[in-house]
Amino acid sequence: MRAIHRVRRAGPLAITAIVCIALYVAAGILEPDFFSMSIVAGFLSNHAVFLIVAVGMTFVILSGGIDLSVGATAACASIALACLIERSSWNPAFAILFVLAGGVLIGGCMGGLIHSCRLPPFIVTLGGMFIARGLAFTISRESVSIHEPMYEQIYDLPASVLRAFGVNDATAERIGFLLPTASVIAIAAFLAALVMLMRTRFGRNVYAIGGSEQSAILMGVPAASTKIAVYAISGGCAALAGVVHTLSLFSGDPSSHVMLELDSIAAVVIGGTLLSGGIGSVVGTLLGVTIFAIIETWITMREGLNSAWTRIIVGTLLLAFILLQRALVRRK
Amino acid sequence: MRSVVAMSRSFGVTMDSRVAWPFAALVALLVFNLVFSSDFLTFQVRDGRLYGGLVDIFENAAPLILVAAGVAIVIGTGGIDLSVGSVMAISGTVAAGMIARPEYSVFNNVGFGGSILPAISLAIVTAGIAGLLNGTLVGILGVQPLMATLVLMVAGRGVAQLLSDGQIITFREPAMDFLGSGAWLGLPVAIWISLCGVVFVAVIVRVTAIGFLAEAIGDNRTAAALSGVPVRPLVMFAYVITGLLAGVAGILVVCDIGAADSIRAGRDKELDAILAVVLGGTTLSGGRFSILGAVIGALLIQTLTTTILAQGIVEDSARLVKGGVVIAICLLQSDRFRSGVTRAWKWRRSSTS
Repeated sequence: MRAIHRVRRAGPLAITAIVCIALYVAAGILEPDFFSMSIVAGFLSNHAVFLIVAVGMTFVILSGGIDLSVGATAACASIALACLIERSSWNPAFAILFVLAGGVLIGGCMGGLIHSCRLPPFIVTLGGMFIARGLAFTISRESVSIHEPMYEQIYDLPASVLRAFGVNDATAERIGFLLPTASVIAIAAFLAALVMLMRTRFGRNVYAIGGSEQSAILMGVPAASTKIAVYAISGGCAALAGVVHTLSLFSGDPSSHVMLELDSIAAVVIGGTLLSGGIGSVVGTLLGVTIFAIIETWITMREGLNSAWTRIIVGTLLLAFILLQRALVRRK
Repeated sequence: MRSVVAMSRSFGVTMDSRVAWPFAALVALLVFNLVFSSDFLTFQVRDGRLYGGLVDIFENAAPLILVAAGVAIVIGTGGIDLSVGSVMAISGTVAAGMIARPEYSVFNNVGFGGSILPAISLAIVTAGIAGLLNGTLVGILGVQPLMATLVLMVAGRGVAQLLSDGQIITFREPAMDFLGSGAWLGLPVAIWISLCGVVFVAVIVRVTAIGFLAEAIGDNRTAAALSGVPVRPLVMFAYVITGLLAGVAGILVVCDIGAADSIRAGRDKELDAILAVVLGGTTLSGGRFSILGAVIGALLIQTLTTTILAQGIVEDSARLVKGGVVIAICLLQSDRFRSGVTRAWKWRRSSTS
């Protein structure tokens, strides 16, 4: 009985994993370059921003909420960081810390409003989205590029660390190219989220609140602090994504990441997390983002194929997964 | 607030207090404009058409009013529709493509073309099919509305881009120009279309029992089903109506600018529409909806945008103000916030006296 239960719980995740591998193999057969190391590493380095935001979104959705402000927060963080470094000549490290704190603060405020005034998360984070996007454009209407030499160093950090450990130059450069700082940060964010959700009391509280807030409160779960923390984490992740954006593009852009919030919700759902909360995992989110990355990379490699197909394929996959989840929930 | 309600009663208009709040906000904004921008309330008649600040607001809000009216019904049934922006993009692209028939797009080979009536009908039918898809997912398969409509929101814009091959379809067609910027009986045609659409839907919903039953579904779906309410057809009806209204709104936008931009058309409209409905006093939890409130909410959003722009703030920064106002109005509507403020106020008074 318990085994059956476990299979059902893991069912959506397993199917996501199978789809992910099948897509990869299919793309590889059509386009043999796909099996190369640089393409696989490109999944991560090109989608680091996306992965970080989706990881933050997983917390919010698991707790039964939703956060529409993440794309705007990421854009706002990127432009704020670029302006602080270039125009106000702040030390990059301070600027990054400042921006991250800002993201956590915005998220925490929204969480506070949602919890204390019983406002729907949808509307509050929608307001947050308008505010963050407006703030981004108020800071600067054009994108600002970063010329700070320290940034190049941060970008190359993994390679320099390897060199310091005595790895020879060519190998270090190759690894640094495949795994820039952006990818390392994304992996770190993912692992941190994994540990938090699977191994800490806070993680269990998030699942409990998502499953049923009332029962969670009756069991003594601190609903207020957990909910505020969840939105603060999401805001912090969005700001981190903005920082990573500047690390890989060397510029901040107020008009970037427009549909990011909805894409990341889609990735989380494809990863088997229920939008009603309580069930899901951050591993699924990683798989969801990878599916996105495979489709996008394949479509860019096929010249002459309209890029609109990405959205259509993702939409169809989303539909398939939603129907699948529906079928699984019904059978229970 | 009671006085506003009483006042509106004395004018023969019955309004529940939830519509009264946004209405008061709208009036306050209009008064603000009246005081701070000089040429706001001037009306001019040129070439048999009325011009002026209020007319502009109404004309610019026309697509949003249509969409918001539909979304209000969907929210009333306890659902939500995120796909309206994408549906607008699809219907606009279909209408423009059928008329212009550009070589690069699939419309080049469509057999009947050129004339405006089949183009517009096909666009609206396409939008209706999109609504039907949402309705089937939510009503029959029982998928969560947020997820079900997210599918079409993500995929729909891709479909629009595919149909137009990612290009902006431009056209010159006098009949479409008339719909977009012409005037009839002194008012812009767009206003007439949106008014007709909203009144038509309001009559269908409120003269028959459809609206009442939809609210019953939103309040408690199981109870409604057990009491014999035809839940599935009604839920499907709500989404189809919203799709059709979004289709008309998409055509209005295309006619207004004389081009179909599959990427920008209707972008953020889904969020604006939900906002309009919520500002109009309809709660997202469903069970009650007000089409009049949604119209007032849409006008409120447009007036706010116009006001901010009139104060010399650039459009991109205007969102900052918009976001603040959204949260403020939501706080005012929150019972918990209001009782908290009242309690704090009483506590302060009792401690000072």
